[in-house]
Amino acid sequence: MSYSLATASYIGATILFILCLGGLSNQETARRGNLYGMIGMAIAVVATIFGPYVAGFGGVVWVIFAMLIGASVGLYAARKVQMTQMPELVALMHSLVGLAAMLVGFATYVDPIAASHLGGAEKTIHEIEIYVGILIGAVTFSGSVIAFGKLSGKISGNPLLLPGRHWINLIGLLVVIFFGRQFLHADTTGEGMAYLIVMTIIALAFGVHMVMAIGGADMPVVVSMLNSYSGWAAAATGFMLSNDLLIVTGALVGSSGAILSYIMCEAMNRHFISVIAGGFGTTSGAAAAGGAQPAGEVVPILAPETAELLRDAKNVIIIPGYGMAVAQAQHTVYEITRFLRDKGVNVRFGIHPVAGRMPGHMNVLLAEAKVPYDIVLEMDELNDDFPKTDVAMVIGANDIVNPGAQDDPSSPIAGMPVLEAWKATTSIVMKRSMASGYAGVDNPLFYKENNRMLFGDAKKMLDEVLAALKA
Amino acid sequence: MPLIIGVPKEIAAGEKRVATVPEVVEKLIKLGFAVQVEAGAGDAATVSDDAYRAAGAQIIEDTAALWSSSDIIFKVRGPSPEEVGLLREGATLVSFIWPAQNPELLEQLAARKVTVLAMDSVPRISRAQKLDALSSMANIAGYRAVIEAAHQFGRFFTGQITAAGKVPPAKVFVIGAGVAGLAAIGTASGLGAIVRANDTRPEVGDQVTSMGGEFVPVDYVEEGSGVGGYAKVMSEGFQKAQREVFAKQAKDVDIIITTALIPGKPAPKLITAEMVQSMKPGSVIVDMAAEQGGNCELTEPGTVTVKHGVTIIGYADLPSRLSKQSSTLYATNLFRLTEELCKNKDGTIDVNMDDEVIRGTTVVKDGAITWPPPAPKISAAPPKPAAAKPAAAATKSSGHGKPGAPSSAKRAGVIFGVAALFFLLIGAGAPPAFLSHFTVFVLACFVGYMVVWNVKPALHTPLMSVTNAISSIIAIGALVQISPPMDGGSLDRPDGWIRLLAFVAIALATINMFGGFAVTQRMLAMFRK
Repeated sequence: MSYSLATASYIGATILFILCLGGLSNQETARRGNLYGMIGMAIAVVATIFGPYVAGFGGVVWVIFAMLIGASVGLYAARKVQMTQMPELVALMHSLVGLAAMLVGFATYVDPIAASHLGGAEKTIHEIEIYVGILIGAVTFSGSVIAFGKLSGKISGNPLLLPGRHWINLIGLLVVIFFGRQFLHADTTGEGMAYLIVMTIIALAFGVHMVMAIGGADMPVVVSMLNSYSGWAAAATGFMLSNDLLIVTGALVGSSGAILSYIMCEAMNRHFISVIAGGFGTTSGAAAAGGAQPAGEVVPILAPETAELLRDAKNVIIIPGYGMAVAQAQHTVYEITRFLRDKGVNVRFGIHPVAGRMPGHMNVLLAEAKVPYDIVLEMDELNDDFPKTDVAMVIGANDIVNPGAQDDPSSPIAGMPVLEAWKATTSIVMKRSMASGYAGVDNPLFYKENNRMLFGDAKKMLDEVLAALKA
Repeated sequence: MPLIIGVPKEIAAGEKRVATVPEVVEKLIKLGFAVQVEAGAGDAATVSDDAYRAAGAQIIEDTAALWSSSDIIFKVRGPSPEEVGLLREGATLVSFIWPAQNPELLEQLAARKVTVLAMDSVPRISRAQKLDALSSMANIAGYRAVIEAAHQFGRFFTGQITAAGKVPPAKVFVIGAGVAGLAAIGTASGLGAIVRANDTRPEVGDQVTSMGGEFVPVDYVEEGSGVGGYAKVMSEGFQKAQREVFAKQAKDVDIIITTALIPGKPAPKLITAEMVQSMKPGSVIVDMAAEQGGNCELTEPGTVTVKHGVTIIGYADLPSRLSKQSSTLYATNLFRLTEELCKNKDGTIDVNMDDEVIRGTTVVKDGAITWPPPAPKISAAPPKPAAAKPAAAATKSSGHGKPGAPSSAKRAGVIFGVAALFFLLIGAGAPPAFLSHFTVFVLACFVGYMVVWNVKPALHTPLMSVTNAISSIIAIGALVQISPPMDGGSLDRPDGWIRLLAFVAIALATINMFGGFAVTQRMLAMFRK
């Protein structure tokens, strides 16, 4: 395959990738979009293998061998993964991209041919590209591994806040820049390699430190940020190999992740920087603790009464949160939904952008439980409907239904957009206990007159509600 | 021993109303009262003595006997000095009093050691609406004002296209959109006229629209709502702006109906002589505030005059001109008040000064003047600060599923400035090969930005897993390294190392490639309607 033909194939692949992302704009076209992505990837890989770069039969054998291993592992994981574990899987996959980017970077550096025809400024730029590419790859890799650990519960979800952590990060950055300078002036490959390895270690440590400092509920931001990084890592690799396909694809993925991070931050009314800097309300923590205790009484109810309320309702909005995912309650939720819908009750789902541990996490869980996607609505789509709603049922969510975000300017989550469950005639909150949410803020909703608390494991309680409904 | 309610004949000149009607007499008797009516009291309102008698009332011929034998007197107009003299000590009088305008009357009544409930002093709160005689009278007056205007106006109200030619619709301008104003708006638009209205209280705009009128605002910011649903006196600046609006309307419209009243003050002069002069000949002005001095400078209270070719109606007795209707409504208002006074339905009354409605209405209690009452605090005006909040929230919540609102010009300027500097540096220092890649990179970022903003939030997880799969394109980087290039033999290339690195990288990227696409497919298959 000639160089021109390979380039033309790359253009085709690029277009298919763009169509792939574009297809995700709605559920009908999404599957076709995914297919475009697969075709694009196939074209890119085939064009490369049979293209001018991979020479000889020996290379192809190696490639096939490597791809067989990767494909079987990947397909196995895709089949086995539970939908509640999607965030972990995504984080793990990000780490693989990061690691691959690192390896390619090192391989490029030790390959003398890659830089043989370059001179002067071009060589410098090439080396900067390698340096930056490995840096991003390493941060993505270690950050994603930690994110995986946190999401799968192997590492505590609490933020680890080292004293002076901002200084540590800053010093790390300065050291990286200093070694970058040394690296550019290195005389031999061996000397450069030493600097590269030092930088890689710092970058790995930085990735670990960064994600360790971020708490559980900020994970949507972190996951989408790492998604973005994996894209930038691919783009940086593209620069170092002068490969436009990699650059374009990396940029697509990078900007996609960046937008997701932005949306997630917006949904929490927080600045990206403050999320990345770690912790929640660490500066205003004292104020939060000393804040006014909400007045009123918590009224607990039991499953049969909940069923009664649901049966008498005309409009019901269900607000799922991470608690539903943890309890694996989505199937029972669907059973209840189906039962009520058969009775003519208008049941809808209100999804907060940061509900769960990953952007769109709740949607996927509900889709898995066969909940039709046209009754699963975004916060903005149904927030105005709460006053007309008879029952708002909050399942394992807390901060995203906290009226304090609107009423109490001193609240650490003030200004965060929330689902206005308290405006419904009755709201039912399902929780295991009265513990406060991730933000550590007491929720005035629990104390409202029209609110009822259904304590217990979400799955168990919902099963009881379902039984009571059917009785 | 049930109390006796007495209803004397109204003696004021031209007053045709009566304080009760047979239907209400029956209800009062059911409450436990005895009712006696002066002979001929209902004549002017076309209610015969026989009708009262049939309803269970006693007809008393002698005026003095009626006054002296009644425990409670129901009247329309405030009593004349002679009538005050007829009142029995300890009796209760219910009628219009206008305590602010008639302090001497109040003194006289107090001297008689009676209790007086003034129907004009009913507090304007929701609970008291059913006994708000001012509103029911104003409603009738508003209707009658339009009828009087139509009577004097030489044309149709409604526009018509006839064989004899086109008739333009009459244009009516109503000043003051209180109860009377709104009734006038409704009546005039019902007749087919084009109706415009103005009020110092901007919140009544919707009510004007709902009655079929068009609200003409005064372009001057000042809150015009006084306490108790009334207007208040406006500032000089507002009045100037208001006069300009009125002057403009006067030139255009055929009929002006003014209803502007401020409690306890003479009516504001809103229509000047020049405005009257500027109106088309044959136009009509109905000045419903004539009794309080009139809203028009040229009004002569109580009569109809023609000035500069404009007919000015200054009748002060508009409700009385619809005597049957106004008597019925007024009688019902009195009955509602009686219900409030007689909670036990035992024919006795309790003037409970702790009740907000009764407290406000009572102006003399057992000979002591209790007017004015403490100010009520409720008004129809919405609380002020509500307006600002939703706007702020709206700007914040934008940016989900679509590009956010355009950032401020200053911020955009800074961003463009930084970007320009950055590109300048790159353009100056970088080699051409790099620049071409850089171009591709920047454009791809933009494409990604545009495409991803269209992705539904519900599909964010599939988006992440598919972008994950796509980022396995990094395998390409490893693929090109795995075998030594054919022409690279001369250089010392650590083939083994590179192959190992590339091999591992390919394997890792392929996990992503297959795993990512497969899991995305699995997820997307689950989304169903």
